[in-house]
Amino acid sequence: MGAYLRRRLLQMVPLLFGISIVVFAVIQAAPGGPEGALLGTGRFIDPSVTLAYRHRLGVDQPVVVQYVRWLAAALRGDLGVSFSSTRPVADMIMERLPATLELMASSFLFAAIIATLLGTYSALYRHSTLDVIATGASFLGVAMPVFWFGLILQLIFSVKLGWLPVAGTGTIGATSLGDHLKHLVLPGLVLSFRNIAGWSRYLRSSLIDVRHADFVRTARAKGLRERTVVGVHAVRNALIPVVSVMALNVADLFSGAVITETVFAWPGIGRLFVQAMFARDYPVLMGILLMGSFTVIVFNLLADLLYGVLDPRIRYG
Amino acid sequence: MGDPRSASSWAASTRPRNPVAAASLAVFVVIAVACLAAPLLAPYPIDAVDLSSLRHPPSRAHWMGTDDLGRDVLTRVLFGGRVSILIGMLAAIVGTAVGAVVGMLAAFYGRWVDNLLMRLTDVAYAIPALPLLIVLSAYTRAAVPSMVLIIGLLSWMPTARVVRSEVLSIRELPYIDAARGMGAASLRIMLRHILPNMLGPLIVGATLGVGNAIMIESSLSFLGLGVQPPVPTWGNMLMDAQATMASKPWLTAFPGVAILVVVLAINFIGDGLRDALDPKRRAN
Repeated sequence: MGAYLRRRLLQMVPLLFGISIVVFAVIQAAPGGPEGALLGTGRFIDPSVTLAYRHRLGVDQPVVVQYVRWLAAALRGDLGVSFSSTRPVADMIMERLPATLELMASSFLFAAIIATLLGTYSALYRHSTLDVIATGASFLGVAMPVFWFGLILQLIFSVKLGWLPVAGTGTIGATSLGDHLKHLVLPGLVLSFRNIAGWSRYLRSSLIDVRHADFVRTARAKGLRERTVVGVHAVRNALIPVVSVMALNVADLFSGAVITETVFAWPGIGRLFVQAMFARDYPVLMGILLMGSFTVIVFNLLADLLYGVLDPRIRYG
Repeated sequence: MGDPRSASSWAASTRPRNPVAAASLAVFVVIAVACLAAPLLAPYPIDAVDLSSLRHPPSRAHWMGTDDLGRDVLTRVLFGGRVSILIGMLAAIVGTAVGAVVGMLAAFYGRWVDNLLMRLTDVAYAIPALPLLIVLSAYTRAAVPSMVLIIGLLSWMPTARVVRSEVLSIRELPYIDAARGMGAASLRIMLRHILPNMLGPLIVGATLGVGNAIMIESSLSFLGLGVQPPVPTWGNMLMDAQATMASKPWLTAFPGVAILVVVLAINFIGDGLRDALDPKRRAN
């Protein structure tokens, strides 16, 4: 296990290196530099002002030089300074990170719990009313644009019924936890809907496969209670493939957060990214994309490690 | 499975054993043809502005109502569908083709080619898709061809991995040895003997890719980075209507439902094709 972990961690280094090159190249090659976003594209700007501005940001250098500079700083833990706010990128990200983590973690947990319950129920009681409803809902969940679903929920629960706030993280002046949680409900639900749909379907078919496996019959033959047979033996085995899908979906959660945060004015990384894109704030874009990629890689590793924990047959050499 | 005749013949196995998939195919074909024939079917010209009937709810003259400029929503949904479905299909074809080529090259040449291409796949996989799409879509004043390329070039990775592992197992089969023994060149073996064996997963992947691409286009439109007005797509129609969603629900309902129905139908078709083309997965 130790050797396996060390090897996997070492493999992350070239991977991150490759990612940083691709991301840097893609961002730099985008037309319309930061000066256009900041100074506007008016005809009355003295070209020398633009040049001086580009020089000050360092974007007048060849891309390779810029990349090496950026890399040298990044290796020392310095992600650079934002073009538009002139604040350290790391600070800006850290400021927004808690909100995004809260949204992602709560929707992930919620989706995992609901999907496990729903998937198990659907598999045990196939073609029951709840199974049929869950099947229908999950097909809708996968086929509905995320932002449209968010807007519909906003319309129903905030505008029409007035039960939940439309957007933001808290009512101005209110600092209670309850108020904050109320703001979390809709974005959390929107972000988890797709995952509930996908994971519960996946668990359902995985559990249906496992239900007639030899070890389940053995467990039943041993005289174990049905609860133990299903809960300990069948579901645990059926969850193995689902867990890897869950970890892989963390990447999609990142994409979903961009949309959800925009719909619900949730002040997280996703919105920062969209703002930075419109301002051509290269260092911020670079920082967020790298952080996102890093998260994805870590969760892929976690998925493989979890495999071993859940399934003792898997040994890492 | 049961009847051995139906299992042995591909044509028979696609017979509507799966009524949901068959119905979905019918729905999709009807919508696609209607959209394709938009210039003939649409009740109004595409850009007909009628300032005397702004934001009218659905009526006999305008089955889906009119929008902020008095344009007929049904007309725009039909024309928008053309663009959305076109983007979806082309992007899926681009993504599948790139994935197939990458996967085949990696598996067939092995060693450093395999290593390089698979590490590249890892890199592409690890970068969160939507943020990268947002950066890429800023490259051009988003038009249909660039949208197709951008979405297609970001969705090849799963296909590449599937194709690679398929090729790795297929090329160990005796008939490939036989072909090589008879002097077939690498390219011929790949195109003539390996590719046809992978058509099943490729077709399924491409089908599901169409729905995925339509969704991505709508997400980008929502952020203002999709195909730009006045060219209608279902995505940018939704985007335009979001501010008036509460008071003018028909403006968002129709394009939204259009996306929902088409993506739903495509997913069912994809699942049905998977069952029909891959007997191993027909278990339940």
